[in-house]
Amino acid sequence: MKTRYFRSCVAGLALAAALPFVQAQVQAQGVAYVSSEKDNALTIVDLKTLAVTGTLATCKRPRHLQRSADGQQMLVACTDSNQADLIDLATRKSVGKLPLGAEPEAFDLSPDGKTIYVSNEDEGALSVIDIASGKLIRSVEVGKEPEGVKVSPDGKTVWVTSEVASLVHVIDTASGKVLKNVKVGKRPRRFALTPDGSQLWVTNELAASVTILSTRDYSTLGTLTFQVKGARAADITPVGITMTRDGKRAFVALGKANHVAFVDVPARKVTDLVLVGKRAWNVTLDKAEARLYVVNGLSDDLTVVDVAAAKALKSIAVGRVPYMALVVE
Amino acid sequence: MRDPVRGAATRPARRARRALALCVAVAASLGAGSGWAASFKATLIQRDDDPRLERSRVERPALGHPGGPVNPALDLALKDSKLELDAEGAVLVLDTIKVGSAAAARDAAAKAEKAGAVALLTDLPADWLLAAADGTKLPLLNIGESSDRLRERDCRARLLHVAPSERMRADALAQTLAQRRWINVLLLTGPSEADRERSTTAQAAIKRYGLKLAGSKPFKLSADPRERDLANPLLLTQGAYDVVWVVDSDGEFARALPYRTVLPRPVVGDAGLVALAWAASFERFGAPQVSRRFAKAAGRPMLGADWVAWLAGKALVAAAVATPKGPAAAFQQALASVELDGSKGVGMNFRPWDGQLRQPLLLGDGQSVVAMAPVEGILHPKNALDTLGADAPEKLCKSR
Repeated sequence: MKTRYFRSCVAGLALAAALPFVQAQVQAQGVAYVSSEKDNALTIVDLKTLAVTGTLATCKRPRHLQRSADGQQMLVACTDSNQADLIDLATRKSVGKLPLGAEPEAFDLSPDGKTIYVSNEDEGALSVIDIASGKLIRSVEVGKEPEGVKVSPDGKTVWVTSEVASLVHVIDTASGKVLKNVKVGKRPRRFALTPDGSQLWVTNELAASVTILSTRDYSTLGTLTFQVKGARAADITPVGITMTRDGKRAFVALGKANHVAFVDVPARKVTDLVLVGKRAWNVTLDKAEARLYVVNGLSDDLTVVDVAAAKALKSIAVGRVPYMALVVE
Repeated sequence: MRDPVRGAATRPARRARRALALCVAVAASLGAGSGWAASFKATLIQRDDDPRLERSRVERPALGHPGGPVNPALDLALKDSKLELDAEGAVLVLDTIKVGSAAAARDAAAKAEKAGAVALLTDLPADWLLAAADGTKLPLLNIGESSDRLRERDCRARLLHVAPSERMRADALAQTLAQRRWINVLLLTGPSEADRERSTTAQAAIKRYGLKLAGSKPFKLSADPRERDLANPLLLTQGAYDVVWVVDSDGEFARALPYRTVLPRPVVGDAGLVALAWAASFERFGAPQVSRRFAKAAGRPMLGADWVAWLAGKALVAAAVATPKGPAAAFQQALASVELDGSKGVGMNFRPWDGQLRQPLLLGDGQSVVAMAPVEGILHPKNALDTLGADAPEKLCKSR
């Protein structure tokens, strides 16, 4: 696996050097911010040159990254600081801190951008926090080690995975009540939602699969199981997932299998597998959906994948134990 | 101390009593959960005055030894899983019996079965464990005994081992040495019967992974000048070798061996680099959260024995969640085929041929996790985890 990975890296580098990025239909611009769990900093990658241009100091053990509703700020969840760092994207300066409760990992925002829903991994809780005042509105008890958080487009429901309980909690945002606990695969991690809001895709890290839930009645519509040639089921550990805006394709990082799967969403079939770095963790698309940025937790790099060609263009060394990339164009 | 009723009761009578106990439990749990739910009871049989838990030992535990009683770990497993159990409307209760002999262990097992337990957990020495296993028809989760004979010649059909075996630990270490090309091994073996047995296991692993025995010597803890050849690390570690593998079940000699060798070579086995079920310093696969929850509950770091007990608790939970409405037989069947997430990055289940839980092992020195086994590059036709411990074709357990 190691040599194959190395070879692909070399191939990727050679390819990247041979094609001076003319292949992209849209000229890539902007930057990607990459959080690294062991650096207390974000690495800034220029999307045009695919080179690291600097780092941005932030709070301790930064993990989940997301833009504010108005797009002006970036929220950085810092697990060891129990807070979010609010960074102004124009000046790249921290403009404030938001308490997130104990050991926050991932979060999502309400559609109006006023409320943050954050998973507190040690407590086994979902904290609901008013962003303007920093006040805790409520804390909802969920299964241990909650991770993925997603708010429905109408803002009425929030979904949370519990890695230990292998459940998706369906929570009513108005009352804070758990409406339903839905059994999914072992160690569920992250979510993607189809654009019509009807299907919730959940990655199951220890089941080598994605569970597709109906958001109407939470029945299982299907289970997509991944297979990678040369890798056993136990080595396929899906975590990060994202979907195109038209809901036709999904991209799933396969963890220890060191690949990203391209999925035809309506057909629920894997169309391509792209070799990336070690323990592919989270995936992010750019605005044009021409490139996919994959953070590799065990090789400390970011692999840039050309979506049309289903090929890795380049792997860029970033910080130690990278977690997630946020693309700002 | 045998229960006089046990021998006298006929089998149907016993069964009826068991059924009654279950009905009562079910009735009691009604109304608490949603709809019909079963209440499952499991009984932990522990050793009274466990010598492994003497204060002087647990205050400074040798690597691979317990740091305290396993009870907080089991409680944590149940607490961790409360939501999962509630979601299925299942109830799982755990009680504990302490015993002082093999015969008492046997009686305790029979008594627990009579009282309606669906499974037993044992943290007992091998002979006591076998007595308990033979005193009941219940499945038994072994959390405290690593002896290979329980997986081989003395195995039992209903015996499941959550604790890794000595052979698994030796294989994990031998793989790591082979990967590092530390081929020539000086083997030092202690005086106890357990040491002799484990030394044989170590030698088999050394052979299996193509390592070479550069020398094999007995050692003894002694200050007697007439025994200095057996007791002095400098005299024991003369010669040429890549690594010193010390087999010391007691741990006192081994812990003082690193940095006291003639040659500047690493010590492995029962000190230096040790194959462990868990280490508090492990930081992958969500491990820090588990260790932190345990440390908060128990007031001490989570060690291998704690992880094993925690996972045994999780096995009971998984069986209860799989068969929330019972009956006991369904629970017991589910228990043998559970798929467990123990925060070691891979799903784990029991091997059908010897009841041993497949699991990766950590190679640690007490400060960090240096490596994981199976090591990268090790191959197996079906499951790389089966390179640790006895594999199916060896057919070492005849009663399964």
